[in-house]
Amino acid sequence: MDLSYSPEEDAFRHEVRGWLEANLPADIRAKVVGYQGLSKEDYLRWHRILAAKGWSVPHWPVEWGGTGWNITQRYIYDEEFGLAGAPLLPPFGPNMCAAVLHRFGTPAQKQRFLPRIREGDDFWVQGYSEPGAGSDLAALKTRADRQGDHYVVTGQKIWTTLGHYGDWIFCLVRTDFTAEKRQEGISFLLVDMKTPGITVRPLILMDGGHEVNEVFFDEVKVPVENLVHEENKGWTVAKYLLGHERMGSGAVGAAKREVAALRALAAREVKNGRPLLEDPRFRDRLSRAEIELQALEITSMRFLDQMRRTGQPPGADVSMLKIRATEIQQMITELMMQAVGPLAAPFKGVEGGEVDAFASRLAPRYCNYRKASIYAGSNEIQRNIIAKMTLGLPA
Amino acid sequence: MNFEQTEEQRQLADSLNKYLASNYGFEQRKAILQSASGISDAVWAAFAEMGLTALALPEEDGGFGGGALDLMAAMEACGQALVVEPLLDHIALGTRLVAKAGNAAQRAAWLPGAIDGSVKLAFAGLEPGRRYELAPATTTATRKGAGFVLSGAKAVVVGAPTATRLVVSARSDEGPSLFLVDPAQPGVAMNPCRTIDGLRAADLTLSEVALPADALLGTAGGALPVIDEATDFATALLCAEAIGAMTYANDATLEYLKTRKQFGAPIGVNQALQHRMVEMYITTEQARSMAILAASTVDNERDPKARQRAVSAAKVKIADAARQVSQEAVQLHGGMGMTEELKVSHTFRRLTMIAQRFGDADHHLERYAALG
Repeated sequence: MDLSYSPEEDAFRHEVRGWLEANLPADIRAKVVGYQGLSKEDYLRWHRILAAKGWSVPHWPVEWGGTGWNITQRYIYDEEFGLAGAPLLPPFGPNMCAAVLHRFGTPAQKQRFLPRIREGDDFWVQGYSEPGAGSDLAALKTRADRQGDHYVVTGQKIWTTLGHYGDWIFCLVRTDFTAEKRQEGISFLLVDMKTPGITVRPLILMDGGHEVNEVFFDEVKVPVENLVHEENKGWTVAKYLLGHERMGSGAVGAAKREVAALRALAAREVKNGRPLLEDPRFRDRLSRAEIELQALEITSMRFLDQMRRTGQPPGADVSMLKIRATEIQQMITELMMQAVGPLAAPFKGVEGGEVDAFASRLAPRYCNYRKASIYAGSNEIQRNIIAKMTLGLPA
Repeated sequence: MNFEQTEEQRQLADSLNKYLASNYGFEQRKAILQSASGISDAVWAAFAEMGLTALALPEEDGGFGGGALDLMAAMEACGQALVVEPLLDHIALGTRLVAKAGNAAQRAAWLPGAIDGSVKLAFAGLEPGRRYELAPATTTATRKGAGFVLSGAKAVVVGAPTATRLVVSARSDEGPSLFLVDPAQPGVAMNPCRTIDGLRAADLTLSEVALPADALLGTAGGALPVIDEATDFATALLCAEAIGAMTYANDATLEYLKTRKQFGAPIGVNQALQHRMVEMYITTEQARSMAILAASTVDNERDPKARQRAVSAAKVKIADAARQVSQEAVQLHGGMGMTEELKVSHTFRRLTMIAQRFGDADHHLERYAALG
């Protein structure tokens, strides 16, 4: 066993780190490390910088613009982004929609959509969840009725992350209400968000931020050529995509950076005449978070090593990475908020008043990150997956 | 980056697992526990035969020049089987201290026997009321002529009742020092016990024990770094042993959830129990990662502070995980998990003691924080 990286891998890390230092715009980095949201223009600007370097879609097949990196290099790339405070591109286009197109798309669909995804010409979002279909996604009701060369889509999606930035949305819709099994009546559609009949309504979360949306479809006409894979086979596509979730190595890198920031913060705060960092109660909690993170990093490397050796995607127990990574993120946001003590309370200056900009973002950040154990398959759903698939517990 | 075992490591683990499967079943272990010495000579001979006693010793001392990573899978097997022979104390403490601190004559005198199984070495380090402190304070070594006189007390010396020689830490004028002591020597009184997890140990009273000059291992006053290193090495092996015990606890609990029926269905259909089982599993994998880190660190890290910090991080995780997994295993087994009849209760006891041995979570959190 060997936990160290090879000289070639270290050299690659050095290359990515050096490039990020030279090319990550300072204002974008400042927003990431300062816990401010990025605008659509920020994302697209960063996307275009990456695309110019040829790094916007490293994991794609080389003929479509992938870099040909092995999985260890991709892991290092993601981790370095997290460490540097570089935003990872939103996964909906480059990771999710692209994975589906690579696997199920027609040549025409690939040619039409993939280059634009690679170059950052379109901002993609995901239309999966509905008010009545969250963890139980197959309960979705948004309907798509075939009328000649169009589908007519009517219904509602919810929790659409960055839906207000969206140029295109990929959706799971119901095309057959009579199918014996609910899963058999679902199709996968690509929808231009400029089409008449689409309304995006913001959902403001408890941190005051606008990140997720409701998207309403009112008799939206979608050309039949925007159907991916066969009609009523959308569930196959959705399941394929589930196996494509990233391992979250960006989360390890970002968490390391945040732990360093937390230490710096706790070294400045004073308690009983000593730095908060030396307070045994605070320190024990910080140490446990650091140790859990160190364990997560090694566990991630073990998954990576297994994938490298077998050439197979990880099994269902990769869910453990999502569970622990989000728990650690939540621990860090909580410790951050507590580190500044009473200064965490001021949220917004009123009547000409001002607040400490960084401290004022720590409580909202704590509030916002409660999402992490809920999104992308709640941590309870992840435990169900391990219980069933890995441990073989009866349903 | 590579998390695969080498061919040699796999073979050693395979043969040990095979041996334990046919010679260390629950009833066989029970018979060993109830025997007079509390350990099996045959098992000890088999360990030596398989090379476990030689693996981590340098080649010039007759060993294989291996390290903790080479012993990980073997220690895991010992943890699964709840081995009560003091293998860890012998290889990671007693023998390692002689090998690291001893001069050529001392190594030549004791290591061949330590390797072939005829010599068992135990480390008398801890002192009553001083918890996990490794620097000796109340046990003293006074120079007398060319030799020394040892006085004091040592607490819970695992393997002492069956040891050929004891490696005793004592404070001399120069500071922490190590001495080889014959347990049969006048002035050495032993109060033997069986630990809650089935090991044989003893409290020692040393009353003016006269030692020749060549009983001193290494330089007088220079023992602490050696003791620190050996204890970190032992802690790394203990972490691996804990993974084995947790793996058993998880396997047994999962099997129980699938087979125990109540209200007409296996109790494992209940999500309240499923999620706890999943947490036991994830926690064990996270702990396994830290056990790998500990073994890799004691083998490769030359800076003592970095080594101590990583080993402490691992021991915090192992202690927390051992507590969680053992408690949950008993709870999910219901009343049966409480009984002497089930291996789960023995595993609970071993994991409970592992959590505390060489320092509990609080002890290692403090050391971890102090070092960074």
